[in-house]
Amino acid sequence: MSALVIRDLHKRFGSVGVLKGINLDIDDGDFTVLVGPSGCGKSTLLNIIAGLETASSGEIVIDGKVVNTIAPKDRDIAMVFQTYALYPSMTVRQNITFGMECRNVPKPQREEAVARVARLLQIEPLLGRKPAQLSGGQRQRVAMGRALVRDPKLFLFDEPLSNLDAKLRVEMRMEIKQLHARIGATIVYVTHDQIEAMTMATRIAVMHQGEVQQFADPETIYNRPANVFVARFMGAPPMNTVPARIASGQVVVGDVRLPAPPAAAGWEGREVILGIRPECIAEPTRQFGEAGTPGIRIMAPVELTEPTGAETIVVLRMGGEKVLGRVAPDIRLTVGATAAFAIDARKICLFDPQTERLIA
Amino acid sequence: MAGLRRVPEFLVIWVPLLIASGQIVVFTAWTTWLSFTPSTLMPTDGFVGLRNYTSVLATRNWKIAFDNLLIFGSGFVVLTMLTGLVLAVLIDQRIRGENVLRSIFLYPLAVSFVVTGTVWSWLLNPGMGIQKLVNDLGWSGFRFDWLVDRDMAIWTIVVAGIWQSSGFAMALFLAGLRSVEADLIKAAQIDGAGPWRLYTRVILPTLWPIMIAVLVILLQTAIRTFDLVRALTGGGPGIATQLPSLVVYDFMFQRGQLGRGAAAAVLLLLTLLAVLLPYAIWKRVQARRAANA
Amino acid sequence: MRSPAATLGRWAIHIAIWGLGIAYLVPLVVVVLNSLRSAEEITQTSMIGWPHIWEFSNYIQVWSTYCIAQTCSGIRPYMLNSAAVTIPATLISTLLGAVAGYAISLWRFKGDRWIFGLVTAGVFLPEQMRLIPWTIVLRDLGMTNTIAGLVMIHTIQGLSFTTLFCRNYYMAIPADLMKAAHIDGAGFFRIFWRIVLPLSPPILIVTVIWQFTHIWNEFLYGVTFTTGQQQPVTAALIALSAAVADVPQHGLQSAAVVVAALPPLLVYLFGGRYFVRGLTAGAVK
Repeated sequence: MSALVIRDLHKRFGSVGVLKGINLDIDDGDFTVLVGPSGCGKSTLLNIIAGLETASSGEIVIDGKVVNTIAPKDRDIAMVFQTYALYPSMTVRQNITFGMECRNVPKPQREEAVARVARLLQIEPLLGRKPAQLSGGQRQRVAMGRALVRDPKLFLFDEPLSNLDAKLRVEMRMEIKQLHARIGATIVYVTHDQIEAMTMATRIAVMHQGEVQQFADPETIYNRPANVFVARFMGAPPMNTVPARIASGQVVVGDVRLPAPPAAAGWEGREVILGIRPECIAEPTRQFGEAGTPGIRIMAPVELTEPTGAETIVVLRMGGEKVLGRVAPDIRLTVGATAAFAIDARKICLFDPQTERLIA
Repeated sequence: MAGLRRVPEFLVIWVPLLIASGQIVVFTAWTTWLSFTPSTLMPTDGFVGLRNYTSVLATRNWKIAFDNLLIFGSGFVVLTMLTGLVLAVLIDQRIRGENVLRSIFLYPLAVSFVVTGTVWSWLLNPGMGIQKLVNDLGWSGFRFDWLVDRDMAIWTIVVAGIWQSSGFAMALFLAGLRSVEADLIKAAQIDGAGPWRLYTRVILPTLWPIMIAVLVILLQTAIRTFDLVRALTGGGPGIATQLPSLVVYDFMFQRGQLGRGAAAAVLLLLTLLAVLLPYAIWKRVQARRAANA
Repeated sequence: MRSPAATLGRWAIHIAIWGLGIAYLVPLVVVVLNSLRSAEEITQTSMIGWPHIWEFSNYIQVWSTYCIAQTCSGIRPYMLNSAAVTIPATLISTLLGAVAGYAISLWRFKGDRWIFGLVTAGVFLPEQMRLIPWTIVLRDLGMTNTIAGLVMIHTIQGLSFTTLFCRNYYMAIPADLMKAAHIDGAGFFRIFWRIVLPLSPPILIVTVIWQFTHIWNEFLYGVTFTTGQQQPVTAALIALSAAVADVPQHGLQSAAVVVAALPPLLVYLFGGRYFVRGLTAGAVK
């Protein structure tokens, strides 16, 4: 059964459409990440799910019940905020129990719930403190504790990690993922960070300009992006997208020819956009996939190298088009010189240049 | 958002807000309406057009009061701002006892205009104040008798006004000076700017939004000044230090001419609006520009 | 190490600023010293001088027996009037302003911007525009020449300031905090009591100090709407100056001025930080 269904949801501010017909069907136990650049409508969507904003039209169904007119507190949801939104004048314990206090839950039950959550999140020693006395990571935990204690049908996370420093963010990312695995909750998680989306989600909804561009599992999103926007938004560095042509069953970019996927047959002789991930352009000795297939060898001039330590990002001219590649760190490349590269043609994507949609 | 439908909330929110805003609208309309009626001791119906306005504007009292307002307003505002700026810049120099000094310059603000006026009327009274003291000390020719000099009496109000309000200007200017980015000052120092150039070219230009705010607040204080004159000169000698706010009171409660008093009050409000409306519009434009940037 | 010129400069700055500071203190010092001198001594010399004989009796006399406008009960009843007007008006207007500011800033409702604009217009509307309407309203309510009448006026007019102060302060409360409270199921009053009010002491202190000093120091309404024994102390001071005009009693008058100015000065002394914050908050409207 679906934990959350969103049907043809629209949100307009005056004449400006912020959400333009959103449809999502989220299963019980799913970890769904809404990802997109700022202003894409993802936070508005989350607020509408929570009941903090009202939709202009469309339906929100939580656990089989249409909740459009139901107050946030009665929707059986919990939310974790970007700014944590801990009540500054209350202790950690009071922060966690405030919702139960509002619902007149008897004291012993509250204490029991706090103890359970505090143990789960390992925040027992913090219960007597005020939010101002906590570090960023501790506040984050308390905010999650406040959500967990409700044991809701649906957890809503609004960019919960974006206020943490990089190291802590990675730790918390793993913790949230583990937590999800352990309690099996249904989570809707908003972020602008595609790495968070890729690492944590079971399903990703990529949003742009008020529309869901693609709603699928991370692997599909990454390997078969529905359009150029998704292709370039997911993955860092982003997928290379260059103009190409289909000729005699091959994708032609300048002097580079790659085998075209079968679905490109109808596009013989026409212009397309070739999408190729940087990791599919590597040093000539690289072998790809489990079978260890060697790549297609090309010669290309090197324009710039960016060593990151674990690998080196290369800017090169593939058939005259500027693209990014990722080579092993011990490969010596000379800027300005021409070098050999291996291309993994198995995972290339082709897009319609007019609609920018995936062809194959 | 839902939730304002419950009765106690409704009462607590709306009753005070409606009374407070209703009072402002109704009273303004009421006084404006009165200004078009022939009311004397009691409000009466009837419509006399602009007659109250023409007769108020024709009185010598109003003309003197308005001239005084121009002198007092400009003198008070300019000198208060200048004093406040000097105080702020001096205090900004990492002075010993800064907190004590700030308290000293600000304490007059806690005192009522009635007290200020009374005390300054003693200090400026040539028979017992500063002039008497200097005379008694041996300089018998010293004269400081603005208080009884028809031409200079209005400046006594300026002096007392500066004493009372310059601390306010100082506090705002100082806050502005202190909020100038440290990096900006460092950059100017690396560029080789000396203290004078640092202030005139780098720091003070960042203060101008505060200056305009202070200017507007002081101007509206000047236009509304009433207690200070009552306590300091009583409007005298003769009517040499009348101000529009006193004229309003005079018409309403001394002469029993409510219609004319109301007309004078409306004129006072229009004077105030002449200052506040441009400021409000300017703020709007600023806000919009900031929003677009 | 500073150069000699720079050292000299710093000396000059210190002398200038401290000189000005002393000048600002002169009126206070003069009036306090005068309050301890006898009338004869002041008449013989000038208002500015050191007491030869410390005349503490000025205070006793002016507090309880001195005659102001035919009534010989000193300044005490007027002080009590001022307190009876100022304290309730301050507390009520602050409390109502806090709730109103909270509603306007954190709960959107129809017409909230309009009503806020109108309420804050009261900050600028001159008293003169309201004198006649208040006179008539007080008469119709049977509150002419009563303390309760002044309390009502100052409470209602004070709402403009208190609402503005509190609204601006509450605007800084993060939207997420309100969202969290909604999700937790807290209602209008619970959010106010449990979340907003515990965050409010700084602004409430500012507001109380602002209201207290302004209402205490207010003169025009006091002198217009009350007479004789009902007047607040500012009005009594003016009446007192008029009464002693024929026979100078500057020692007593000075004592009266000191007494009348004392409450707001004490508030300033103990709450100076908040007092200044109120000034700047009021200025950035």
